[in-house]
Amino acid sequence: MLLEVKDVSACYDGKEVVSGVNFTLDAGDYLCIVGENGSGKSTLLKIILGLMRHYTGHVHFPMNRKLRVGYLPQQTQVSKDFPASVFETVLSGCVNRRPKLLFYNKSDKALADENLKKLGIFDLKRKAYNELSFGQQRRVLIARALCATDELLVLDEPVNGLDPMTTRELYKLISELNTSGMTIIMISHDIENSVSYANKILHMSTFSAFFGLTEKYIETEYYLSNTRSMRSDIINNG
Amino acid sequence: MAEFFKLFSYLFIWRALIVGFFTSLCAGLLGVNLVLKRYSMIGDGLSHVGFGILSIAVAIGIPPLQTAIPIILLVAFLLLRIRENSKTKGDAAIALISVSALAIGIVSFSLTSGLNSNMSAYMFGSIYTLTNSDLVITVIVACVIIILYILFYVKNFAIAFDQSFAQAAGTKVNVFNLATALMTALIIVVGMRMMGAMLISGLIIFPPLSAIRIFKSYKSVVIASGIISVICFFIGTFASFILSTPTGASVIITNLIAFSTLSLVSLLKTSLLRKARRGV
Ligand SMILES: Nc1ncnc2c1ncn2[C@@H]1O[C@H](COP(=O)(O)OP(=O)(O)OP(=O)(O)O)[C@@H](O)[C@H]1O
Ligand SMILES: [Mg+2]
Repeated sequence: MLLEVKDVSACYDGKEVVSGVNFTLDAGDYLCIVGENGSGKSTLLKIILGLMRHYTGHVHFPMNRKLRVGYLPQQTQVSKDFPASVFETVLSGCVNRRPKLLFYNKSDKALADENLKKLGIFDLKRKAYNELSFGQQRRVLIARALCATDELLVLDEPVNGLDPMTTRELYKLISELNTSGMTIIMISHDIENSVSYANKILHMSTFSAFFGLTEKYIETEYYLSNTRSMRSDIINNG
Repeated sequence: MAEFFKLFSYLFIWRALIVGFFTSLCAGLLGVNLVLKRYSMIGDGLSHVGFGILSIAVAIGIPPLQTAIPIILLVAFLLLRIRENSKTKGDAAIALISVSALAIGIVSFSLTSGLNSNMSAYMFGSIYTLTNSDLVITVIVACVIIILYILFYVKNFAIAFDQSFAQAAGTKVNVFNLATALMTALIIVVGMRMMGAMLISGLIIFPPLSAIRIFKSYKSVVIASGIISVICFFIGTFASFILSTPTGASVIITNLIAFSTLSLVSLLKTSLLRKARRGV
């Protein structure tokens, strides 16, 4: 087992936003977290990553060592005039590859180049980060997350803002990484792709939650009600 | 002019130039993360608190710098905690601490030696009060800061750019934030005698802001900030010799001129680029 989350709850200003979440992950799992806006998905990720201290319950990495995590936040507070080139940003993903080493070496830079190419932004390498479009910036941050880890990738709405082509390629890329052993936790509003790629689903909603294998999830009311409403939309719109 | 060059035969001028060089270089480097992380208030607060501590040390007659250093480190730690725990109230709290320390400093000066030139030397800086032990302490502190700064460079970027990511990747963010605050506190107390408690924070904030105007990558901003800071220090100091104006204020004005010029340059550059693009 890689990660165990037990009875995790958290409040913001006295209002419970995550309530009693339970799930476990094995190495090599591909977990998608789905659910409506404000159901506490991003908050749960922050708790798992140790970015939020005030919560109850247990988050446990049984292998008992610090995992290096590649994290894609839903939002970053990078100020509009922060001076950073695309390459510097992606390279900063390697910040803890070798904690003892104080500077980036050749292999770090090669890795950054490789991930720039994977995300199709190699030609933006020398550009300033704050002069890119939103989608381009998201790609840079995904490349940075890829540089950070080969164990656990935690992505908060990775396809948000990406064009359809890039979205498709990103799903393929993540699934390839997963096949080669990387564990994935992804928040997504794209239920169709979630159920076709992930092997486990965590569905969060304000009152209840579902966790289980994807095969089980697609038989639940959570999934069926969603697809039913989608079908009726299609019919109504002709 | 001959008079100007005669100045260089005095030992205290050389002392001032060396102290100033190291202070402005460190301030320029450390300022980058402070400005980018919107921690400028901490620099300002620390300098006023430093003034309060120094004036009390002078009042009771204990060595000012040696007393101030451990206390200011503690204050830096506190200010950082305040700033991180509550964003808006934190700003106000730091401002309160800062003016209180200033008031305490002024009162303790007036009770002991009267509001004399000694106090104005602390508030607005003076190159005549520097002693040899000031020089030694400054050089040692500055060398330690420069070495640590280079060693922390990679982490500093990651933390300034995106603290959550750096922390998730396993960086001990709090340790590095604290280290930066402590180094800033150190350079503020050692540089304060020369630049003045009221003015030293300008030495930290101006150079990075100037560098950001024209450079777009972090590395170039860091290097440019250090260089701009040192150049402005020398120009300002020499101007103050010639015009016999206070050194600290002259250095800050030089920084202001540099900042305005570079802002203008970057404005012109973007508007020219826009025009050129329209032309095509
Ligand atoms: N910094 C904050 N302060 C106060 N409340 C917050 C804060 N961040 C989130 N919340 C509240 O916590 C709840 C859950 O937020 P969260 O960001 O985890 O939702 P989410 O499931 O990620 O939603 P989305 O799909 O919109 O990203 C929301 O109701 C929100 O109002
Ligand atoms: Mg979210």
